[in-house]
Amino acid sequence: MERKIRVLVAKPGLDGHDRGAKVVARALRDEGMEVIYTGLRQTPEQIVQAAIQEDVDVVAMSILSGAHSHLFPRVMELLAERGVDDVLVVGGGVIPEDDIPFLKEKGIAAVFGPGTPTRTTIDFIKSNLKRR
Amino acid sequence: MSTLARAAPSPEDIAARILRGEERALARLLSALEDAEPWSGAALRMLRKDTSSQGFSHCIGVTGPPGSGKSTLVDKLIGAYRARGERVAVLAVDPSSPFTGGAILGDRIRMQGPPGGARAGDPGVFIRSLASRGRLGGLSRASAQASRAMEAAGYGVVIVETVGIGQSEVDIARLADSVVLVSMPGSGDDIQTIKAGVMEIGDIFAVNKADREGADRAVREIRSMLEVAASLAAGRAPSTSPDTLIGHHAFAPLPRAREAAKDLPPGDHVPPVLKTVAETGEGVSELVAALDARWAKLKVSGELEARRRGGAMAEARALLQDRVLVELEALEGGLEEELAGEIVRGEREAAEAADLLFDSIRKRGGT
Repeated sequence: MERKIRVLVAKPGLDGHDRGAKVVARALRDEGMEVIYTGLRQTPEQIVQAAIQEDVDVVAMSILSGAHSHLFPRVMELLAERGVDDVLVVGGGVIPEDDIPFLKEKGIAAVFGPGTPTRTTIDFIKSNLKRR
Repeated sequence: MSTLARAAPSPEDIAARILRGEERALARLLSALEDAEPWSGAALRMLRKDTSSQGFSHCIGVTGPPGSGKSTLVDKLIGAYRARGERVAVLAVDPSSPFTGGAILGDRIRMQGPPGGARAGDPGVFIRSLASRGRLGGLSRASAQASRAMEAAGYGVVIVETVGIGQSEVDIARLADSVVLVSMPGSGDDIQTIKAGVMEIGDIFAVNKADREGADRAVREIRSMLEVAASLAAGRAPSTSPDTLIGHHAFAPLPRAREAAKDLPPGDHVPPVLKTVAETGEGVSELVAALDARWAKLKVSGELEARRRGGAMAEARALLQDRVLVELEALEGGLEEELAGEIVRGEREAAEAADLLFDSIRKRGGT
């Protein structure tokens, strides 16, 4: 039987804008993926707990508040603490170019800024899954 | 969309890790059951064998129309059971797209407990979202196996939330020990309550959003329906006085229903109808009390085992149907397309085509 790609779409931090996250969730759904959407204001602990229980292949986080340099690495730390090393983690939202190298160094595989075609995100996910 | 299969772990290893309380191992087994990975059956069997002495967990089904507040109610049930020390697992099913196979699984949003996110640190709660993946009865193919895996993993309460349902998705009655049918005020006149289908599967009825107008009336109509059903089940005509059919006071004890229930054969009863406001938690302790009462009764009466046996048979039959479809797809030579053309041209009827396809499957199976 074919295997579905499962993706957690999460909004860490305190900003209340999830339109972008919903658009991405919908695009991934239309690509045949199963998207677990957990809503606004998620703590890194909630995101990691959901990623583990839902056994996702991908965690996609969107953040607009500016706290990405704290929250994204925190998620990576918690994943590592729980021994999770086979999940692809990507980020999106309003993230300055200058911050991206730091996030990549912390294990965020890609950062998709405003205006990224959803196709780009989909193709990246499909060709960079860690689980085979 | 599909991707390459994941590496298969050893069933013994997965079972042992689940018994040690490793959430990742349980999560992996649930995925494997959903994807029908070949090792998953053996792992579940081992896990259940090692835990067979611990007895059944109360499997609670929560079903009802979209937007009736099922997930919020489940959130409050999780809180109530955790408060008394039960470990709780939840399976939350949402629909898959029939066009792309994709799904948005959004029940978890409302199951995160009180603000602040403390539930994420609670090892006594395990929530898993499942997509229906083409099943139309409100659950997914692997839901029953997944609930057994959770039971064996030591969760004393397993809550299964169905997709938002309409009138005929009743698979949950074959999986859950107790079905909570969630409705809300203003969803139709009392004819809705006597239609066949979902109204027949509730063991406990929760009229949620009961702070809205029309809640009392909804409770009254459901109670009247249940009272009539109980009388009919007892083999005598229900009273036809308008008072009985329409009811007159939603909160007073129901004299006629009680009266009717008194004479019913043991095992039969009038299901409770409760008002809840999931958002605030109002009525949730009454709901838990009703579930407790039912669970106690199921266990002592022997009905639990009978119900589980019935569920197991239904599950096996559903898997058999799947199996027949798999065999059908494996048929070579374009017989299906050929027959379809003949039906369209008026040369054959569909029933005859089905017979021919069935014969082909049997012949293929015999070789």
